[in-house]
Amino acid sequence: MKQKYMLPLTGVFLLFVLAYAGVEGAGMQWFFGIVVPYAAVLAFLAGFVYRVMGWASSAVPFRIPTTCGQQKSLPWIKQNRIDNPDTTAGVFVRMVLEITLFRSLFRNTKAAFNRNEKSRLTYSWEIFLWLGALAFHYAFLAVLLRHLRFFLNPVPAFVKVLEYFDGIIQLGLPIVMISGVLLLAAALFLLARRIFDEKVSYISLAADYFPLFLIIGIAVTGIFMRYFTKVDILGVKTFTMGLVTFHPVIPEGVGGLFYAHVFMVSILFAYIPVSKLMHMGGVFLSPTRNMANNTRIKRHINPWNYDVDIHTYEQYEDHFRDKMIDAGLPVDKKE
Amino acid sequence: MSDELKPDELLDKVDHTPASGSWMDTTVQIRPGIFSYAAKPDSLETLGAPNPRQWNPLDDDWQLPENWQEIIHNGIKERLEKFRTFKIFMDVCVRCGACADKCHFFLGTGDPLNMPVLRAELLRSVYRNDFTTAGKILAKIPGGQKLGGGRPMTVDVLKQWWYYFFQCTECRRCSVFCPYGIDTAEITIMGRELLNLLGLNIDWIATPVSNCYQTGNHLGIQPHAFKDMLDFFTEDIEEITGVNVAPQFNVKGADILFITPSGDVFADPGTYTCQGYMILFKYLKDKYDLNVTWSTYASEGGNFGFFTSHETMKRLNAKMYAEAKRLGVKWILGGECGHMWRVINQYMDTMNGPADFLEEPVNPITGTKFENAKSTKMVHITEFTADLIKHGKLELDKSRNSNRIMTFHDSCNPARGMGLLEEPRYCIKSVCDNFFEMPENTIREQTFCCGSGAGLNAGENIELRMAGALPRANAVKYVHDKFDVNTLGTICAIDRAALSTLCEYWVPEVEVYGVHELVGNALILPGEKKRTTDLRMEPLPGMEDEDE
Repeated sequence: MKQKYMLPLTGVFLLFVLAYAGVEGAGMQWFFGIVVPYAAVLAFLAGFVYRVMGWASSAVPFRIPTTCGQQKSLPWIKQNRIDNPDTTAGVFVRMVLEITLFRSLFRNTKAAFNRNEKSRLTYSWEIFLWLGALAFHYAFLAVLLRHLRFFLNPVPAFVKVLEYFDGIIQLGLPIVMISGVLLLAAALFLLARRIFDEKVSYISLAADYFPLFLIIGIAVTGIFMRYFTKVDILGVKTFTMGLVTFHPVIPEGVGGLFYAHVFMVSILFAYIPVSKLMHMGGVFLSPTRNMANNTRIKRHINPWNYDVDIHTYEQYEDHFRDKMIDAGLPVDKKE
Repeated sequence: MSDELKPDELLDKVDHTPASGSWMDTTVQIRPGIFSYAAKPDSLETLGAPNPRQWNPLDDDWQLPENWQEIIHNGIKERLEKFRTFKIFMDVCVRCGACADKCHFFLGTGDPLNMPVLRAELLRSVYRNDFTTAGKILAKIPGGQKLGGGRPMTVDVLKQWWYYFFQCTECRRCSVFCPYGIDTAEITIMGRELLNLLGLNIDWIATPVSNCYQTGNHLGIQPHAFKDMLDFFTEDIEEITGVNVAPQFNVKGADILFITPSGDVFADPGTYTCQGYMILFKYLKDKYDLNVTWSTYASEGGNFGFFTSHETMKRLNAKMYAEAKRLGVKWILGGECGHMWRVINQYMDTMNGPADFLEEPVNPITGTKFENAKSTKMVHITEFTADLIKHGKLELDKSRNSNRIMTFHDSCNPARGMGLLEEPRYCIKSVCDNFFEMPENTIREQTFCCGSGAGLNAGENIELRMAGALPRANAVKYVHDKFDVNTLGTICAIDRAALSTLCEYWVPEVEVYGVHELVGNALILPGEKKRTTDLRMEPLPGMEDEDE
């Protein structure tokens, strides 16, 4: 079991060492700072588009939403318009809630069984996976948006507002950004779940640990640079602005830790299209959530619908005519 | 059934802690009591299904076609293009584990491969190996397969597929909780389609399919016998009510064609539900001159083709519209059945429509337009009856059901593939005084399967069925202990059979009733005599001492 997470852990550690040593020892700033990030962004964009196009090119033959509430029915029966939508507006609300608030996961329960005279199966609300996932994704988003500071000049107002709120608990200097700490904490929680929850551990693959370790590595290096090694921010900004303006430069005074951070981010970007991290795109296209339950109201067209052989009434009557006549059942042909 | 596990023995075995090690390293142990018998060659031949032969799942050699791996590979490829669901569900699972303890088979058997996520991983592991870029690259590195979670398609994997895709009742409960809406039913459907390409169906599905194709219904009841069965019910009802409710068959120009699962015609206690329909139609005929016809050709509402392949589903379902067209009815009314209604609600119009030869359904008695069925033109009988009751069109004597302390089992498909939740409840509450809901995590969209759906209602897999029934039974027992519930209402023919076995095993004090059996008991037919018994010929409340 252990190799499922020891291998990815080792892998991420090696990636870190590779970049750190490559910069500090071999002076390969140009490779880890310029070649790899450009290649990674290209791989991410091309791969992401390719995957989404691949999904989009598959047909949607049937309208099969999972209904989670009362259908549209008789006028006096109250429909659940969100969990069993019959209109695009309802589907839209359902999708927004799904994507922004992880509504389905919010329902999560935990089953327990006690073998005693009652031998009862019980179900309790299980909120921690939902909380952990939500914290993880929103912290990640906030961190990502905050990093726009490095890629845009002047820094857009919304990034400054976000930073203001992110640092609203003013702890020391530099101000502690909640999102970074939360991202690390949530990722560690999700990792702990994968290792210590027996069921989740059993279903986990090495490919489930790898991105977690990678993101933890990214968060840790980021936090280190910000609070402990105090990376040269001006140098970093010169570097990042060089990348986005396609005039890459390698600044003086920015060390291996930074390049290791950039390298791991690059690996993450390139990894997304070939992994389960594509769920960020897939969730929009999931036919059990993004379709209205209105197939009886409006005919859905299957693009590859084809004719099939059926056992016709004529064949049926030919087969059973005598018996039908004897039983007094009406027939189309008398003989 | 003598070597069957006792309930206590089964409960002793429940353990939700997975073994150590990796599931990918396990080889499948096909166990009697869990698996269903293999499809007989005759049944496969009826529809020209591939590879008909006599085979036994316990044998080493499953007599597969020589190029079976190629067939599977091409089968997966074709389905990835034809079904976006399949492609997305193969790609986006993050293995968060939310689904793990939502499956009744996992809760009842504790077999970790019954966690929905792993049921899907059985297929996904092969998909990753053969169809994804990452998988193809990793497969070339030593140990890489394991890193990416891929594995090659082998006979062992195929046997695992067969064993576990026939341990899923396609109930969709896991799909409710999945943050991406991954629907294990859809994955099982694909898995079974692929297995069918190699002739690997189970007999409890293949033979009903064959029967349905040839004779019009799963049980293979021939037209005259079908009529005999209903004549027999007519006699019983006349004895109870004094009214002759004889139904009409294959009548051209009737107002409505009625189609219900053949289980209602053949298997107790569904037969009583069937009698309920007959009483209702007689009432509507006498009071409002509504003409309802039955069909011996389209004498099956259920569709075991749905458990075989999309094509088979379409071939069996086609009879409904074909018969409605031939008879020239206005619209179709459908009886109480679970998967039948998933097919009608989400597939029928797309597969076999448009039904432009039918009228948009209107209840001629109340004037209600069934807006939600205006394209498919098929109405659920509880929608129809609820509308009649709401408009005060039925004369009901609730007291005849006053000895029934009810709870209601939402059938998986009407709940999660349709959302038919309030209509049956309204009908029940209109004809019964005592109604108690089971705990909220076990009803409505969170309802637990009977454990025997999707073609698994066989005899030889009884251990699996009773284990899968545990979560449902547990909730029934809860309301039985707390509120003295003695009756489990349902709107599904498979439920009527399966829940009866479930109750007998887990909660023997509770009986299973179809909703229209209760309606039939309460409905006061014009000119009926004083009833002393219910449709089961048991004394009505307060009539226990009455002389015959």
